[in-house]
Amino acid sequence: MARTQGGGSVNLFKLWNFHGGLHLDGHKRESCRAPLAVAHLPERLVFPLQQRNGEDSKPVIAPGDRVLKGQVIAHDDSPFNPPIHASSSGIVRAIEDLPLPHPSGLSGACIVIETDGEDAAIDFAGIADYRQCSPDELRRMIYEAGIVGLGGAAFPTSVKVAPGSDRKVDTLILNGAECEPYITCDDSLLSHHPEDVLEGAKILLHILQAERCLLAVEDDMPDALAALEKAKRCGDFEAIQLVRVPAIYPTGGEKQLISVLTGREVPMRGIPADIGIVCQNVGTAAAVYNAVVHGTPLISRIVTVTGRGVKQPQNILARIGTPLADLIQQCGGHTNEAERLVLGGPMMGFGVPTDDLPLTKSANCILVAGRNELIGEKRALPCIRCGACANACPVNLLPQQLYWYGRSDQIERALDYNLFDCIECGCCDYVCPSHIPLVQHFRATKGKAVAKRREREKADHARLRFESRQLRKEQEKRERAESAKRKKETLGTGKAPEILEAIERAKLRRAEKTAQPSGNSDPIDHDKRETVTPPTAAEAHRTSADTGHIENPSDDRKSEAQPMSSEID
Amino acid sequence: MRFPTAQAPFLAPVNSVNRIMLEVLVALIPGLAALVWQFGPGVLVQCMIALLAAELGEAAMLSLRRRPIVPTLKDYSAALTAVLLAISLPPLAPWWIPAFGTLFAIIIGKHLYGGLGYNPFNPAMVGYAVLLISFPQHMTAWLPPKELSGSALSFADNWNAIFSRTLPWDMTFDALTMATPLDTIKTQLGLNRLLDEIQSGGLFSGIGGRGWQWVNFGFLLGGLWMLKRGIIAWQIPVGFLAALFAVALLFFLIDPAVYPTPLFQCFSGAAMVGAFFIATDPVSASTTPRGRLIYGALIGLLVFVIRSWGGYPDGVAFAVLLLNLAAPTIDHYTRPRVYGHPT
Repeated sequence: MARTQGGGSVNLFKLWNFHGGLHLDGHKRESCRAPLAVAHLPERLVFPLQQRNGEDSKPVIAPGDRVLKGQVIAHDDSPFNPPIHASSSGIVRAIEDLPLPHPSGLSGACIVIETDGEDAAIDFAGIADYRQCSPDELRRMIYEAGIVGLGGAAFPTSVKVAPGSDRKVDTLILNGAECEPYITCDDSLLSHHPEDVLEGAKILLHILQAERCLLAVEDDMPDALAALEKAKRCGDFEAIQLVRVPAIYPTGGEKQLISVLTGREVPMRGIPADIGIVCQNVGTAAAVYNAVVHGTPLISRIVTVTGRGVKQPQNILARIGTPLADLIQQCGGHTNEAERLVLGGPMMGFGVPTDDLPLTKSANCILVAGRNELIGEKRALPCIRCGACANACPVNLLPQQLYWYGRSDQIERALDYNLFDCIECGCCDYVCPSHIPLVQHFRATKGKAVAKRREREKADHARLRFESRQLRKEQEKRERAESAKRKKETLGTGKAPEILEAIERAKLRRAEKTAQPSGNSDPIDHDKRETVTPPTAAEAHRTSADTGHIENPSDDRKSEAQPMSSEID
Repeated sequence: MRFPTAQAPFLAPVNSVNRIMLEVLVALIPGLAALVWQFGPGVLVQCMIALLAAELGEAAMLSLRRRPIVPTLKDYSAALTAVLLAISLPPLAPWWIPAFGTLFAIIIGKHLYGGLGYNPFNPAMVGYAVLLISFPQHMTAWLPPKELSGSALSFADNWNAIFSRTLPWDMTFDALTMATPLDTIKTQLGLNRLLDEIQSGGLFSGIGGRGWQWVNFGFLLGGLWMLKRGIIAWQIPVGFLAALFAVALLFFLIDPAVYPTPLFQCFSGAAMVGAFFIATDPVSASTTPRGRLIYGALIGLLVFVIRSWGGYPDGVAFAVLLLNLAAPTIDHYTRPRVYGHPT
């Protein structure tokens, strides 16, 4: 189904629908009314060494060191782990385990910097004309600047803009469709710094060698759209098209936005680049611009602080590493009714037990909920199979079936119903009349499926090991029997079996030479072949390579395993 | 400051089972009103008895199964089962008919078959089928529509008739009751009469038979409202009615002397209540979009088969029950294409 977007000053652009989705109460006004604030310099900055779900980065500073703003304080060799930079100057106080802003509430190693108030920075060296740089150089700059996706997933941008030479990218999509309720940080960025985003888009287009950029904003973001249009008129942004998309949750999901804008679908287990698309958050584009043109690494971001639990909801430009409590304090502090703290939006964010946590690159929203503004546990009734979940699912799954199979531990069936295609957007959960926490169930079932696969892999591994051990033991037993037999036979001659064997071989060769072409009629050869297990391909390779050492009589087993002919040459 | 944590999504749900059930009950009002208008207030008494029996049966079963009683009673699902069964009964059926039928529906059809969400059959139709098989005489003794009888019994008359089997002095049950139009056609065709003759009787006028067409219009109205409210999906009623209409049309064209018009089929008997209220029971029906269409269509076809050649006055209950068990398999083979998966 396609529809054409009408009216407004945005060019007519054909839009498509995705299945399901929800019209949610936006709660955007609260935070977008106030102007964009700039956070104070906190006394303390905290940088978790674990950025995404990967390995910890390695600190390159030690407690007691003085660091400057923009200085790398931890890095890793992995392309998936871009470096971490100090976001202000000060002294490294400690590298210690502190609670992480993570749904599990676990602790992890963090670098703690006590700021000195000078905010002294290293020299940021930008590039006047990025067109002089190769895409690879620009990718490296993006990596060095520590840029990750700012939309919430924190996927390293340098990896995302390197789709590989076999994938031709024609379209860059900039995602300004902030579909989750409460969050307005992209709206704020687009309203206040539209040119940064547009310039960033041009750099990304250059890196990707793509022809066009579609910049999508939702139709409930008129200020952002107006600012973008104004900025677009002032510069050379021909390749960038502004598109207004309907505010349906989850339009801002990568796959859903691609569907809405292009009518194309990312193939299963594929990435957008497979269909010629790369999608980036608008904040990421601005970060790319700042990194390339001004040389500034990713040390700050705009974050929405909102909810009835905070006195002055607003967007705030804050240093990465700032304690959340400081940001909430700057927004007037908690109201009396503050009862829940969520990082991210109310649909896909995660609850945290304390505000004594640092701001990370991926944190787009600090939602302090007032009394009954958000809910925790739901009282679930039995599923009545009404199918409301299936109607709402943007991926077109059958959540009622996934729930059924997950609950009865039929993991295989759940996988068959494409459990892992679930994006955990929460639409099914929200519409369920029985108030079943479906997403929670699906996460648990996914966990079970992963555990089961690991278990199976382990079992397979153990079985293989057992089998090869059995084989080895059998072979050893045979060999022992064989050598005992030979010992017995040669007991009278007083010669070692190896010598006997060598004599035997020499005899054979002579016999072979005289009795050609009837080569393989040798009884000993035949006998031996029967007792020897045929070598595998790898073994065969090794054996032929080892033939040079075969006369070493001590290596009994090896000489056993040799086919006669190769020994003789 | 410390906060309790939980898992997303954190937005309070907007929908609830009891809201859905309540709205379905509300949607039954036009059809129920038409029943009262055409057949007198007996159906209200039937509803009362059924509701009482349903709530008692539900509470008893919940306590036996050690389930929370009050929240489950508040979900109105037992109430809906009771009303759906009560409106299917002849208005003057003796009190123990709705009582027995509803208790059977709730205790066996709902709880012993698995409980809410797990019962494979539509409980109301389980109750109806048991009553029809066990007490066919009471179950086929319908009243003539008001348009035909001219006079109606008062509420007190209905009450007495139902509870003490007594009627005003000049009336007898035999004289008062009569078969429904569908039932009449079936028995009369069995006597080798032709449809023209049969339908010349006063019971047949309009498109669905006197009185009955209004009842069907009432349920159609309620059904359309549910569609608009998004309580039911369009696929089951459309599949049901389209299949019933199509197969009825086919046979009507082949032999109009024996097969009534497709419109008559769709506006007579339990067609509309079946299409919008019975076949759409979410627990026992198909849940995929295509599956619902197929499920509805198969019920529509079976309704025609049972009506035309079966031994019962109507076919909705049996058609729904027979297809209930096919729903899981229909669902399995009609899964929608997941985003990004090949067609």
